[in-house]
Amino acid sequence: MGFLYILTVVAVIISLIANRQKTKKAFIVGSKMLWMITPPFISILVSVSILLHLMPNEMIVDYLGDSNSYFGVVVASIIGSITVIPGPIVYPLCGILLEKGVSYSVIAAFSSSLMMVGVLSFPVERAYFGNKFALLRNIVSLFITLVIALIFSLANGRII
Amino acid sequence: MKSLKQFPLKPILFVLFLIFIVISFLIEFAPGVAVGKNFGLFSFQMVKVLPAIFILIGLFDIWVKRETIVKQLGETGGIKSFLWVFILAAPMAGGLLPAIPIAYTLYQKGARLTVVLTFLGAVGVGRIPMILFESTFLGWKFSIIRIIASIPLVVVTGIILGRALEKSDYKLPERD
Repeated sequence: MGFLYILTVVAVIISLIANRQKTKKAFIVGSKMLWMITPPFISILVSVSILLHLMPNEMIVDYLGDSNSYFGVVVASIIGSITVIPGPIVYPLCGILLEKGVSYSVIAAFSSSLMMVGVLSFPVERAYFGNKFALLRNIVSLFITLVIALIFSLANGRII
Repeated sequence: MKSLKQFPLKPILFVLFLIFIVISFLIEFAPGVAVGKNFGLFSFQMVKVLPAIFILIGLFDIWVKRETIVKQLGETGGIKSFLWVFILAAPMAGGLLPAIPIAYTLYQKGARLTVVLTFLGAVGVGRIPMILFESTFLGWKFSIIRIIASIPLVVVTGIILGRALEKSDYKLPERD
């Protein structure tokens, strides 16, 4: 977190030196985005705080932890594929799940499939690029997701 | 950004939730207190980092102009275009859905299907705003491992699938 703030301060200073007007605009753009994301953010925080209370930690670890990686990865990539959740909400959620003992490979499967596979955006993709293109691209993306999850399950506990 | 509207929480519900938490603390209703503590902890974690992340995203949005890169991509070919798609994808906000029309624009400007597919992959794996969130909440090591693993996968599958489609004389649907 310290690094994030150092990066931000350095970026703002450079931007200020380069162009004051643009920096001001950047702040406005940034705060607008933050404002837009706040309502869905709060609803996720409320639901997560209730759900995580109802689901005991042991249960989460049992189903989505290291010992049960394959099951967790399959479930996570299915959920990730069929839902659309904005990144600013996904990663904080993943961070919470990680702290609760969900394995890195499950987190990787969930976040990667969310970012790469789009069942909900499929009709749009098909309209622009055709059925075969959209279908194959999504299947390939799911494959990439599973490979990434596999890499994390091999690496678990050693390099992270 | 349409997807944001998928999580509607009526303000009134949120107010009720807060009242429930406050009363739980007052009468020491254990489940309510636990949920309240969860909510406080999670919110605090978010409040700590979100301002910095959104300042960075704002700066990115203002300083990196997408049009310049799209133009650049239309003019370059070969291996260079694979580099450009990652540069084009990096500053994008909003995920796969808004990237699809941009990918189509690339195609119209003469990019090959291999490049278009790599671009869509790059949007999935290499957007800076998302990497900022990812590394903040999951750690830099997680992000670095994931990026190093994904980029070759995206490029190689993009080339294989793109070539296969081009070989089979793949036609895109007619559009007005």
